[in-house]
Amino acid sequence: MGEEEKGEKLMIVFRKAPYGTIYSFEGLENVLIMGAYDQDISVLFIDDGIYAIKAGMETEAVGIKNFSPTFRAIEAYDIEKLYIDKDSLEKRGLSIDDLVIQPKVIDAEQVESLMEEQKNFFMF
Amino acid sequence: MKFGVLILEGPYQHESSDSAYHFTKAALEKGHEVLRVFFYQDGVINSTKLMEPQADDRHIQRQWSELQEKYDLDYVVCVAAAKRRGINDDVIGPGFKIGGLGMLTEVAIEADRVVQFGA
Repeated sequence: MGEEEKGEKLMIVFRKAPYGTIYSFEGLENVLIMGAYDQDISVLFIDDGIYAIKAGMETEAVGIKNFSPTFRAIEAYDIEKLYIDKDSLEKRGLSIDDLVIQPKVIDAEQVESLMEEQKNFFMF
Repeated sequence: MKFGVLILEGPYQHESSDSAYHFTKAALEKGHEVLRVFFYQDGVINSTKLMEPQADDRHIQRQWSELQEKYDLDYVVCVAAAKRRGINDDVIGPGFKIGGLGMLTEVAIEADRVVQFGA
């Protein structure tokens, strides 16, 4: 990015499907707050967590607000390091075009090295 | 080491809160620092003094409050998560305070390790 290094390396990992539990929704709230702190933030979608950003969710019948489009706001908060696990996508028959945002697709080895760099994590 | 502790699960239903309590207590007894314990998601429910477990069971809120008093710890209950779940200044036990989610980011910056319980 060519910018000056900023802050600590912190990562938020989305692992769980949305709506069945509140983990990913409140995880998203955490991401949006963290964006205001000018740190080196990465967001990773892995396992069922990738469903949190699947396009075309229709949640009216379950009476819960569809919050997936709110993930588009992440970039407006200057969080640009967005990643998605390749294997998780493939296992669920999804592609990057099925999502509301387009994180960088990375494989398991890249996930590992990315995680090694981080100071602290939040898992949702 | 400087620790932050994050709790995402409520009391009794899930062992996370007990594990977090035992971890925090053990870390302090070993001479580590715990900069902040942050209660988020259902974890906010650990703070309510309205809980009344049976007499032969542990009282999770009181355990936390006693530990806070002993070590002068910083306990923050996330305001947004608390509001959703009916937790406010009227029901939180001694030693807990309601605060913003940004206080979780702060501890992630300052602590060597944030140890998360739950999810």
